Amino acid sequence: MTASAQAPIQKVKSTKSDEVAIQMIGMHKWYGEFHVLKDINLTVYRGERIVICGPSGSGKSTMIRCINRLEEHQKGSIVVEGVELSNNVKNIDAIRREVGMVFQHFNLFPHLTVLENCTLAPIWVKKMPKKDAEEVAMKYLTRVRIPEQAAKYPGQLSGGQQQRVAIARSLCMNPKIMLFDEPTSALDPEMIKEVLDTMVLLAEEGMTMLVVTHEMGFARTVANRIIFMDRGEIVEQNEPSEFFKNPKSERTRLFLSQILHH
Amino acid sequence: MTTAVETGNKADLPPPASTVGVVGWMRENLFSSWRSTVLTLLAVYLLYVAIPPLLQWTVFDAIWTGNEAKDCKLPDGSAKDGACWIFIKAWIGGFMYGLYPYDLRWRVDVAAVLVLLMFAPLAVKRLPFKNIYGVAVILLYPVVAYFMFRGFIDFPLSDPQSTTHPWRVVETSKWGGLALTLLIASVGIIASLPLGILLALGRRSHMPIVSTFSVLFIELWRGVPLITVLFMSSVMLPLFLPEGVNFDKLLRALIGVTLFSSAYMAEVVRGGLQAIPKGQYEAAMALGLNFVRMMALIVMPQALRYVIPSIVNTFIGLFKDTTLVAIIGMFDLLGAIQLGNADPKWLGFGMEGYVFAAALYFVFCFSMSRYSQHLERKLHTGHKKR
Repeated sequence: MTASAQAPIQKVKSTKSDEVAIQMIGMHKWYGEFHVLKDINLTVYRGERIVICGPSGSGKSTMIRCINRLEEHQKGSIVVEGVELSNNVKNIDAIRREVGMVFQHFNLFPHLTVLENCTLAPIWVKKMPKKDAEEVAMKYLTRVRIPEQAAKYPGQLSGGQQQRVAIARSLCMNPKIMLFDEPTSALDPEMIKEVLDTMVLLAEEGMTMLVVTHEMGFARTVANRIIFMDRGEIVEQNEPSEFFKNPKSERTRLFLSQILHH
Repeated sequence: MTTAVETGNKADLPPPASTVGVVGWMRENLFSSWRSTVLTLLAVYLLYVAIPPLLQWTVFDAIWTGNEAKDCKLPDGSAKDGACWIFIKAWIGGFMYGLYPYDLRWRVDVAAVLVLLMFAPLAVKRLPFKNIYGVAVILLYPVVAYFMFRGFIDFPLSDPQSTTHPWRVVETSKWGGLALTLLIASVGIIASLPLGILLALGRRSHMPIVSTFSVLFIELWRGVPLITVLFMSSVMLPLFLPEGVNFDKLLRALIGVTLFSSAYMAEVVRGGLQAIPKGQYEAAMALGLNFVRMMALIVMPQALRYVIPSIVNTFIGLFKDTTLVAIIGMFDLLGAIQLGNADPKWLGFGMEGYVFAAALYFVFCFSMSRYSQHLERKLHTGHKKR
């Protein structure tokens, strides 16, 4: 698929140092009566690139949305960059400052220009002077290769451009971890590549990334580890080559056969 | 077999003459079918029947010169055919200022000029500290205007200066005319928007006490007619207040009008809030914005933009509803005009007064409407995909 055409990324064996970025222990979540996440145990090390896949409704998105408290978990613990997620607003704020998120539907602010989208959080959350924030924003807009769109409004950009702006907007907060929630699912096929390329760029720089996606080409070339989820559980996790070659569980095999042969 | 045609060789031709220009426009909009043709002709006939007599009365036959009622009357004492605009000329002061003392009307004029002067800089596009200046003006001007209207030296009645001094106090019961209408309307408009925003947020709040209070407040005020609110505030409220506690009737009316329209405003704003996708909240939260900043920077600017037409709709309604204060004995524009109609010197020219009132109300309401359209265009930021 698309990602196979990309520049080969150096597959550095994840530096399995003691530097833990995210740790989830015995995490559960319910929507009313419905048990969405069941006993999630996951440790993410700094610099790791993790792809999370699984059938729709398996809880992948919900899981990564728990990391920055867009969803609340009801049992177990989540520690992000040494800060435990609790109802303490200060902790939540601290974690959100370290964690960037990119959404399926971009969620750019339509009433602000691209540049203003990027400078808003640095100015209001980090109290950065406007000049500095704009400089940072232009740096990241250049990195996602759309500095010339800075003065436009999101509504005037294509989907792929909007998603790249969304990535730049998150990067402006200088996060340690980036969450991607199906970043290419709402894009036209010809725009998927430009977004994936940007993500590859980020990966090369050593960003800790959790990516929910169906782009198996991307998973194969970029991920250190692939996590397969089904019905709210982590069914299997492995290095990409092993994962695709020798899926251990029947459910993974079924999923892979469906997703790879269409 | 496929045939390839090289594109770009055919020149752009002008469209057929019958589809452009005046003829094209008329064909499309006035005579596109026999039904439209019939309706067009009918409309033309109705305009022919209605417009000339109206113009005859308001312009051609109207009496423009003269100073007294007899200039508008035939020798036998009956009124002439045309509109008697001299009546408006003679009473214009009353219509503008109500019962405000004649020698102090300049204070109202100064307040009116000041509002223009103080708000004019906001029209400058790139004014430094524009937001701070805007807030300052909005907070400062009412104080200035209040003292211009009221004055600040309260002489005892025995003092002869109580009727001559240029800065003597003018009781609010003497305020009136267009000045009073604009005062009530602008206080109501400016105060009801933030109140309405708070109520709308309150109604959507997850805190049960806050949301219950907001719902009760909104439903209560929307459930009673404004006239009841005004009666309650002017007649009933003083009965419930302890002896000696008495606050100004105008103030009570202002509070009534403001709370009344804030309930409507709350529902309008809530409508706007419902149009904001969940993703906007999530993106704002993910970036680390707290609730207040998320609302102030992301959600409200979009929500309010969606409902500009409804907000202005409410403002226009409020503007016209201010005429109801005439019923509790205040002489706003309409009240002042009724006062003029009752003037024994000018009996029989009620029609002119009401036409004048209608024209003035129309000018203000239409301006608001145009301004709202201007705002919508100005704030439109490309194709709104999400």
